[in-house]
Amino acid sequence: MRRGIAFLAVTVALAASGCSGSAEPADSDSGTITWWDTSDATTEAPTYQALVAQFQAQHPKIKVNYVNVPFSDAEQKFKTAAQGGNGAPDVMRSDVGWTPAFAAQGYLLPLDGTPAVDQIGDFLAGPAGTAKYDGKMYGAPQVTDTLGLLYNKALFAKAGITAAPKTWPELKTASQALKAKAGVDGVYLNPDSYFLLPFLYGEGANLVDVANKKITINSPEAVKGVQTAQDLVASGAAAKPAYTDGYANMQAAFKDGKVGMIINGPWSASDIFAGKAFQDKANLGIAPVPAGSTGQAGSPVGGHNLVVYAGTKHAGAAEQFVQFMTSAASESTTAAKLGTLPARTSAYTSEVTANQVIASFQQAMAIAQPRLALPQASDLLGPLSQDYVKILQGEQAQAGLDNSAKEFAKLLPGWSAP
Amino acid sequence: MTLLRRVLDRHWYAWAMVAPVVLVLALLVLYPLARGLWFSLTDANESNIGRTIGPNHIPSTYQFVGLDNYWHVLSGAEGHFYPVLAWTVVWTLICVALHYGIGLALALLLNQRARFRTGYRIMLILPWAVPPFVSVFAWRLLLNGQAGIVNKALGGLGLPAVAWLSDPTWQKVSVIGVNTWIGVPFMMVALLGGLQSIPAELYEAAEMDGASAWHRFRFVTVPSLRPISNTVILLGCIWTFNQFAIIFLLVGQAAGASSQILVTYAYQLAFSGVRDYSGSATYGALILSLLLVFAVVYRRRLGSPARENPT
Repeated sequence: MRRGIAFLAVTVALAASGCSGSAEPADSDSGTITWWDTSDATTEAPTYQALVAQFQAQHPKIKVNYVNVPFSDAEQKFKTAAQGGNGAPDVMRSDVGWTPAFAAQGYLLPLDGTPAVDQIGDFLAGPAGTAKYDGKMYGAPQVTDTLGLLYNKALFAKAGITAAPKTWPELKTASQALKAKAGVDGVYLNPDSYFLLPFLYGEGANLVDVANKKITINSPEAVKGVQTAQDLVASGAAAKPAYTDGYANMQAAFKDGKVGMIINGPWSASDIFAGKAFQDKANLGIAPVPAGSTGQAGSPVGGHNLVVYAGTKHAGAAEQFVQFMTSAASESTTAAKLGTLPARTSAYTSEVTANQVIASFQQAMAIAQPRLALPQASDLLGPLSQDYVKILQGEQAQAGLDNSAKEFAKLLPGWSAP
Repeated sequence: MTLLRRVLDRHWYAWAMVAPVVLVLALLVLYPLARGLWFSLTDANESNIGRTIGPNHIPSTYQFVGLDNYWHVLSGAEGHFYPVLAWTVVWTLICVALHYGIGLALALLLNQRARFRTGYRIMLILPWAVPPFVSVFAWRLLLNGQAGIVNKALGGLGLPAVAWLSDPTWQKVSVIGVNTWIGVPFMMVALLGGLQSIPAELYEAAEMDGASAWHRFRFVTVPSLRPISNTVILLGCIWTFNQFAIIFLLVGQAAGASSQILVTYAYQLAFSGVRDYSGSATYGALILSLLLVFAVVYRRRLGSPARENPT
């Protein structure tokens, strides 16, 4: 019975949003919508909250219930709520890797033809591709990003390093110089498989080969890439990473000037500038990730989409909110304040491109590789992290990746492994 | 039939009184249990379980597979069950031994007449009064490899830093240490209660017979504590076996956690990647049956003979 009522309410809401799409959208949609934001609660959230307040001022009939959910828990929390049909937000800030998986499970509303993605051609092609599943748009790209090599210029000067390393061997030499002359750890590698991807891409390797339905994580190229990372830690060139709280410890060490280089994305800039080593923002150097033995460098395209939950009772209001939050004005505001990269062409105003972090990461974006066109893509990273940690702790790279390949095979039935 | 009616007639009031409790139990315990057992006999996972989300209706397509899941796990083909079980048993034994040993020692100390006895008692109960997740997060900060105060203190003494939460062996030491810290107060309080219920005459009589302090402990305290010891050890084993919070919050979410016990591993199956509900339910059912067997055997071995003993 309750389900019947809920269904009726959804139908009514949908009908209402259908009508509203045509003439005057702002007036016919109202209600309270919940937004799960996954941005950093202390450094990024205030900017988004200010935008929410602006939206509410423009749309007095819509109330937005802002909830900050830690990024690391958000995927599972959303899945639990969405599947149970209870407690899921109307709008969610979804990582680009999660979006196709959510869509494949039926958790999201397609947004084609709604106000949410009314200027669809303005989105950058890369981010827009991550929001598509089965030919439909399931998200509005909010920010895009990739990984880059971040370094502490003062420590580089102390160690006599004049340019950012361009290959992994150069990075190793620089790390040893930092340790010998500046007395700090050279580089801190976050022991997480997402941060392993540049090592794989540098050897021309990838997790799987989607076109041929083949699992390639234990290919000789992938093993070589992982061995590069393993060697950095084993040789002492990289700091011994913490396997619990790895990301937090990496940030803490870099912010305090205790490590010379890290690999991280533009989202971390606002956090880094809060650190004592970066009181002077000019001390932060940003370069593309180093290249592997193929001479090619590559980093994963990341970012976030705003998605609308399929079970929302206020689809119309949710779509307007998404439209507002991903408008060129909102994206350039957040870019200017936080140093994140907008996902729209028109948001790259002269003010935005003057930002040092954004300008540097735009160069890093040039070598960014699109994520796998596969709903399970983000699920593959979990088991790979398990084995990556064991490899960094001293397990044979080949044995570890063979195990990952076995786990991948469970997630991709019918695919072939080498 | 008539018997049933007679029972209902005579005790209708009692039945009416227990009905709400039975209903709540059925809803909160029996229904999830039955559903879990059913899932363990199917191949249910996140993508084939039916759901209706707004306009999207996805029908259930999971199938009954009989005992396949159990065979897969118990035959070792799944590859994780036996290593995880072995560590779970080691973890339970070490933790309960430490809980009981330290708890008994502290209870004996607190049972002495001493100044500030109440103050000591309050201080020793504190770890138990703090919600476990708060203590665990505090410990996680204390044990942090770079910034944790424990490693700072070691550094101050000129000792090398220890990878408390990273190294597979130290992870195990850390979780056992934290669990001991959290679990001792309960044992202490329970055993202190037991100690205080032992009549003083027994000790006086033993002293009259010339028993030494060790003999009084061995032949008066230990046998008198037996009923309460049995109960708290049984409870301790079950709680520790299922101690989810400490391992999960301290190291369990990290990749490469080799200190997963059965319950945290079952959780990982159900709530990471493509959620494997049937695999997780199978683990749940196996954990339940292990504990049931353990509890029955334990009660048989220790509980009944003591009670039947006509001393």
